[in-house]
Amino acid sequence: MMTTPAATTATSAAKEFALYVEGLTVSFDGFKAIDDLNLYIDKDELRVIIGPNGAGKTTLLDLICGKTRASAGSIRFKDQELTKKSEHRIVRYGVGRKFQTPSIYENLSVFKNLEVSYPTGRSVIGALFFRQTAEVKDRVRTVADEIGLGDRLDTQGGLLSHGEKQWLEIGMLLMQDPELLMLDEPIAGMSVREREVTAELLKRICANRSMIVIEHDMAFVEQIASKVTVMHQGRILAEGSMDAVKNDPKVIDVYLGH
Amino acid sequence: MNRLQTLVRRPGAASLLILAALLLVVFPLTLDIFRLNLVGKYLTYAFVALGLVMLWGHAGILSLGQGVFFGLGGYMMAMFLKLEASDPVSTKIQSTPGIPDFMDWNQLTELPFWWEPFRSLPLALIAVVAVPTLLAFVIGYAMFKRRVGGVYFAIITQAVALILTVLIIGQQGYTGGVNGITDLKTMAGWDIRSDSAKMTLYFVCAGLLLAGVVGCRWIQVSKLGTLLLAMRDKEDRVRFSGYDVAFFKVFAFCVAAALSAVGGALFTLQVGFMSPSFVGIVPSIEMVIFAAVGGRMSLVGAIYGTLLVNFGKTYFSESFPDLWLFLMAALFIGVTMAFPNGLAGLVDSHLKPWWRRREAAAARRSEGSAGGSTATSPGRSTARQDPMTTRPAAGAEPQLPAAQLPIDVTGQRA
Repeated sequence: MMTTPAATTATSAAKEFALYVEGLTVSFDGFKAIDDLNLYIDKDELRVIIGPNGAGKTTLLDLICGKTRASAGSIRFKDQELTKKSEHRIVRYGVGRKFQTPSIYENLSVFKNLEVSYPTGRSVIGALFFRQTAEVKDRVRTVADEIGLGDRLDTQGGLLSHGEKQWLEIGMLLMQDPELLMLDEPIAGMSVREREVTAELLKRICANRSMIVIEHDMAFVEQIASKVTVMHQGRILAEGSMDAVKNDPKVIDVYLGH
Repeated sequence: MNRLQTLVRRPGAASLLILAALLLVVFPLTLDIFRLNLVGKYLTYAFVALGLVMLWGHAGILSLGQGVFFGLGGYMMAMFLKLEASDPVSTKIQSTPGIPDFMDWNQLTELPFWWEPFRSLPLALIAVVAVPTLLAFVIGYAMFKRRVGGVYFAIITQAVALILTVLIIGQQGYTGGVNGITDLKTMAGWDIRSDSAKMTLYFVCAGLLLAGVVGCRWIQVSKLGTLLLAMRDKEDRVRFSGYDVAFFKVFAFCVAAALSAVGGALFTLQVGFMSPSFVGIVPSIEMVIFAAVGGRMSLVGAIYGTLLVNFGKTYFSESFPDLWLFLMAALFIGVTMAFPNGLAGLVDSHLKPWWRRREAAAARRSEGSAGGSTATSPGRSTARQDPMTTRPAAGAEPQLPAAQLPIDVTGQRA
């Protein structure tokens, strides 16, 4: 809390952010998927990252959640340096991440999917003696209602529709009440109606947490975003409100114009 | 009465009761002591199969080296029994009396220091479980922390099985070599070769096996059990939900190792010797076949699978000794291709729906108060998830199995 953020930029020193990404670089066999990237996410901010395929959006999320190791640079969250931490530790600090393809436990019921994501009993012994208390059940029901699966608790995960699976995975993350929630294309493959419901859901759940959403669908981005970051070739091309970004000639050139 | 009914209706409880009745009542009453001892020997393999259900079926980790732990458990027990059988009086014709005969033949003049703890029965019994579990922990930690899995893990476990066999055969002065440790007589003065001892050991073996089933079931219904299933399905999702996946795999591997070791120790006690032929690659793979035939998702099924394959082995290898290995391989390939969930899978997909239909029909006939009782029974089975069958809502929606089948199959291909 007390340490001042590294003064690489004038603005970051003045303000306290939830997430600091500074000088982040990762190269795969010489190819720099992320190239000296700086990104600051405010507390309670919903940030949308857009960019053409291969811009490094998913790699950025992989780096933040520890799936990929950075070649250089730093990622700080709640005064913790994340770049050297193992994945489960990063999650325990409060970073939740949803994968691009729905990643749920197909053989388990919706209830079990959510219950397993409850953030207690995370050690081997803890899990062995984990009790399904009223508190856990309440939390599962609350989250299930939030994601619109309140009456589907007994349904097997694999039998849900694509959209419902996406919601379930968001619900599994909500069980952990993360302070930073990262969603990778949450509405990919959803129907128009499902997209609307998802937009509402995202607006509701971003109330007490920071969120990073990667999305391609411009209409959807306009619906949810206050601030948009455009990535291109591992770097940040533009950042600002949706309107400002939309009219940025550089952005139009690499992305929106095509 | 009602309480008893709910207890019996718990998933798995009825099948456990039937198994217990078979092992503890039917077999002892119908088989002579020679055959019963033989069943007892099979049951020691069932411990390994039980461990494989947890490790392979539930955690999705295929180990082709469970013979290592079976063998280690067996050898630890054999070491104790051998020391007791090698008292100075009965070994007085040796050049060094008081040490096991094979050591004397190999010109050893004193007992190696690491044999010393096996003079004590409690220490030996602790070692039976502790040493294999520790080895499993070390191998598991080294592999799973580095995210070695799938077929690579299977190959490494095979290598370990091979290494241990070579080591045992090569160090015959310390281990008895290819003959193993033989001529075991008594345990703390109790003659294990007598018929009454064989009977007692059979019941100990069957009792421990049933306790093992209950213990494994307890793990399965815990959050840890759910996590194992979840890991098999989507490992990354579990990891990114804040769990250190490696430790859960290590745990499953250790449980499987400990069970195998207990089986090995009971094997030594009932069969009266231990040799490297129960450690290597072939017995390890045979044990995987037992679990596969019975159903790798079903604890009880794995035990039936073990019994069935071994009865088959005894019968066929008596009649067609040359064909047995081919038959066994064909059985394995056939089962994995046609019934990936083994016998237990067949029971789940055919016998249980038939029974449910019959029950429902009976309930319909006796309308009256039927509204209450029939509605609750499928409801209950829906609410309580049964990871053993992995077909949760089957009770409530009888039309579903067809739709669920592909999921089952893909989910279980390890």
